[in-house]
Amino acid sequence: MNTAEKPVLQVSNLTVRYGEGCPDCQSSLEKNRCTKCGTVWASNDVSIEVYPGEVLGIVGESGSGKSTLMQSLYFDLEPTSGRAVLSGYKNGQVNIWEASSAEKRGIKNKIMGMVYQNPVRGLRMDYSAASNIAEKIIAAGSRNAGEMTERAMELLEAVEILTSRMSEAPKNFSGGMQQRVQISKALANNPSILLLDEVTTGLDLSVQARVLDLIRKIKTKYGISILLVSHDLAVIRMLADRTVVMLDGKIIESGLTDQILEDPQHAYTQQLVHSLL
Amino acid sequence: MQILQIKNLTKNFYLHNVEREIRSCKNVNFSLDKGQFIGIVGLSGAGKSTILKCINRTYLATCGEIIYDSEAFGRIDLTKASEREMLHLRKHEIGYVSQFLSVMPRTTAKEHVMNALLETGCDKAQAAARAEEMLDYFRLPKSLWDIYPNTFSGGERLRLNLAHIMVKNPRLMLLDEPTASLDNKTKILVKDILIRLKNEQTSMIGIFHDLEFMDGLCDKVYNISEGSFV
Repeated sequence: MNTAEKPVLQVSNLTVRYGEGCPDCQSSLEKNRCTKCGTVWASNDVSIEVYPGEVLGIVGESGSGKSTLMQSLYFDLEPTSGRAVLSGYKNGQVNIWEASSAEKRGIKNKIMGMVYQNPVRGLRMDYSAASNIAEKIIAAGSRNAGEMTERAMELLEAVEILTSRMSEAPKNFSGGMQQRVQISKALANNPSILLLDEVTTGLDLSVQARVLDLIRKIKTKYGISILLVSHDLAVIRMLADRTVVMLDGKIIESGLTDQILEDPQHAYTQQLVHSLL
Repeated sequence: MQILQIKNLTKNFYLHNVEREIRSCKNVNFSLDKGQFIGIVGLSGAGKSTILKCINRTYLATCGEIIYDSEAFGRIDLTKASEREMLHLRKHEIGYVSQFLSVMPRTTAKEHVMNALLETGCDKAQAAARAEEMLDYFRLPKSLWDIYPNTFSGGERLRLNLAHIMVKNPRLMLLDEPTASLDNKTKILVKDILIRLKNEQTSMIGIFHDLEFMDGLCDKVYNISEGSFV
């Protein structure tokens, strides 16, 4: 093991606040809302590191700040404060949240891939599956139609979608297939980190198993680092090497996944684990 | 040569919902030499599994030290090692085997063993060849290699577990009641396999209920009662 290995992604002190805040906020929070000024702290001083080839799981109840973290990383919302660096962007020296709009687009298209819980957010439902992938490749600067078709075929095959259906629009696909097209689109430009936000939620068990299997294969085959948000502890157990637990916008506990699930330290994590069916 | 040294290991669990601390093991001390097999016996709930899970860092030790002589890091206290260091050790040096099988959905027995190697960066062809070698070594019938293991018997699951862990050639094996649900014939087969591993200088700590099973296998046997060695 290279003991000096650098994280692919390092987030420090991410704060996303809705409201002006007041001097008493941190001591007057009821869940994540200040009782004095009404400010909501969706993310409150969150720091994480994701290392090469690992899956970092993020668990927590609705409103705990999981998706806020993902949306901040993919520039879907602007953080109030914090720093995030990517080893693939300016050698990890520059805060991506301070990058220009053009640079942010470059990061989204070349370094990160995002898969949303709802495929409608990640796909153009009226375009063909192949066009969805091509769109991502074009955004990264390629104009070679032959190469794009070849890449779309390769990726759709990797996510087990028949290439004979590559000209069909995702609106005609099942939920599981749409999710797999979304994953193939996210992989289009060989990103170094994949953000997966509740990707198996709402899918039936057999489809869920197929998506989980696909994620594991992607991890093994491409060596991509994955940030995996899920409220399903079974999914986290199967895929995540390490796990952080979030509550009310804060990280309350982190550790090796099996340790978090078998020897949770925080009262909330114990409650969460004991709620597992 | 010592590969593992446990010093004053204590593990308590604090349960927030009842605001109570449960003591599991207290002031456990022992050491394991390279190629040695140590057996731990005791009643259910005595704290046997807790010791192994603390070594594997599935449980966080309350206090004490677990000094492991690692190939990658030299002498390292597993209670204080970083998560990344522990992940490396689990991938390359320390194997934990229980009677329970945890396999990814839609993964065949052979793929399960291959995955252990693919995760360490091994190429697919080499992983496939090594997986077949291991499944053969652990005498899992060839007809089961391409089947999803959720239909396997207890003995077949255990042998698959052993193959999954041993394919990485760990230096330290932690065996957590692996024979608990096996019939006598399968136990004899497993014992034979463990003796072969021991002869190949794999260091092992095993928890067993069956004293007869441990005969001729363990170099030392510790009896644990109410969390302490007696």
